[in-house]
Amino acid sequence: MLTVNDLHASYGAIKALHGVSLEVEEGELVALLGTNGAGKSTTLKSISGVLRPLAGTVRFLGDEITGRKPEAIVKKGLSLVPEGRDIFGSLTVAENLRLGAFSSYERNRYQEDLEEQFALFPILKERFNQPGGQLSGGEQQQLAIARALMSRPKLLMLDEPSLGLSPALVDQIFALIETLRDRGTTILLVEQNAERALEIADRAYVLKNGLIKFSGTPQQLESELDLASVYFGGEEGMGEVTV
Amino acid sequence: MNEFIINTLSLGSLYALIALGLVFVYGILKLVNFAYGEYIMTAGYGLFLLGTYTPLPWWSVMLLSVALAALMSYLTELIAFRPVRTKSLTAMLVTSFAVSVLLQNAALLFISPRSRAVQLPAAFNQSVALLGVTTPLRNLLTIGTTVALLVGLTLLMKYTVLGIAMRAASDKFSTTRLMGVPANLVISVAFIISGLLAGVVSVFWVGRSASVDPLIGFTPLLIAFIATVIGGMRSLVGAVAGGYVYGLLFNVLSITLPASVINYRDAFMFLIVILFLLLRPEGLIRGSYTEERVG
Repeated sequence: MLTVNDLHASYGAIKALHGVSLEVEEGELVALLGTNGAGKSTTLKSISGVLRPLAGTVRFLGDEITGRKPEAIVKKGLSLVPEGRDIFGSLTVAENLRLGAFSSYERNRYQEDLEEQFALFPILKERFNQPGGQLSGGEQQQLAIARALMSRPKLLMLDEPSLGLSPALVDQIFALIETLRDRGTTILLVEQNAERALEIADRAYVLKNGLIKFSGTPQQLESELDLASVYFGGEEGMGEVTV
Repeated sequence: MNEFIINTLSLGSLYALIALGLVFVYGILKLVNFAYGEYIMTAGYGLFLLGTYTPLPWWSVMLLSVALAALMSYLTELIAFRPVRTKSLTAMLVTSFAVSVLLQNAALLFISPRSRAVQLPAAFNQSVALLGVTTPLRNLLTIGTTVALLVGLTLLMKYTVLGIAMRAASDKFSTTRLMGVPANLVISVAFIISGLLAGVVSVFWVGRSASVDPLIGFTPLLIAFIATVIGGMRSLVGAVAGGYVYGLLFNVLSITLPASVINYRDAFMFLIVILFLLLRPEGLIRGSYTEERVG
């Protein structure tokens, strides 16, 4: 469904990705793990068109989408929930959701999709006419995901959805991601919370310094790789892993 | 007193429209568009050329001139600003100076450096009596048109998807694109609305002096700056509030200053502006715009 091949990207003079390749099949939940600065968010930004990659290709549903405008990529069914939630604080929950449906708006479907989000996120129905900025962190994350779902994405990319949330809310968000997966949404999940992500992922990639250091199932990852080494530096355990 | 109220509302309305046109583009692009005054000039020359050389009725001359300013604004966005948009904000700012100078000189070269008389319908300057005050009809038209435009724009921004998208874009531009909102669409619409407002301003601005010259855009641009310093650059409401407060301060100064210093009215006005910059640099209304750059 999504094929990323040899992606290079940089922020000005600083190179962030040195040839990232990954794949997501339809119906899969794929986790992309790594430390701060490993290039996880950069990878998602390059896929979604927010950042123009220097080299490499991104193919989605058989079409090359490398370097296309973000608005065109959303329209194709690839939706990103950005890091830090990035909801529109001065807009109401209703307006946030309406914008989420911008690329795929159909009058008859809209109400249906709204009801669906209310079923998944009951709090949003309660807060429907409140400004997004007045929501708590957990509620904002729910709004950000619901907003992305309003575009009926074929592939949903989540960038650190658990960041800055209390443990109880983290549980809630991961349970929700599982629910979405079980309903058939294809998901590419970027997380620092590797253990939690591996509990629900079908497959995982580990990024380090802008390169994929590992790919495989969570079981393989746990047996072949000392997770701590991925997260707390240290090249031990990384050297022998071949990609 | 009634006369003071009507004069203040009329002046404030005009200033509010002027400031609003500038902030519409600033809100989305974070660009202070120095060419804004030249959109006002464009409509002014539209009034002059169409009014003098065509047999069109006055109302269609006005509508066409307003449309001309909107078109000019859109064209400058398309030709001048769009190619440098992904570069630095400084590049955009310098571009806006260039567009301003270019349009001014085009008017100097192809029309005339001297001011041209603009014919407006006599009714425009006729005095009418209202609430025991005789005032030019123009003042009432300014107030009425402004109220209608503000109501219309509020409805647009609040209840249409395009309006919601524009508010979102002024908050977080790149996230708005992730919703599928085309960047070019919101930016073009911002420039068109800015141009429309400049056109309407032009009708009333030119209406006061009944003439147009290549430098006519300078004073309105200055007014827009002052109004946004007072009201705040970061929200549309701030711009409108700033326009009205500016109009009020201006008229209060006109009345209260003794005759010996009335000529220094502008100096007093700038003093107030300096006080605003020192004591409340964000203006009366803080607003919600972020400083995120569009690129």
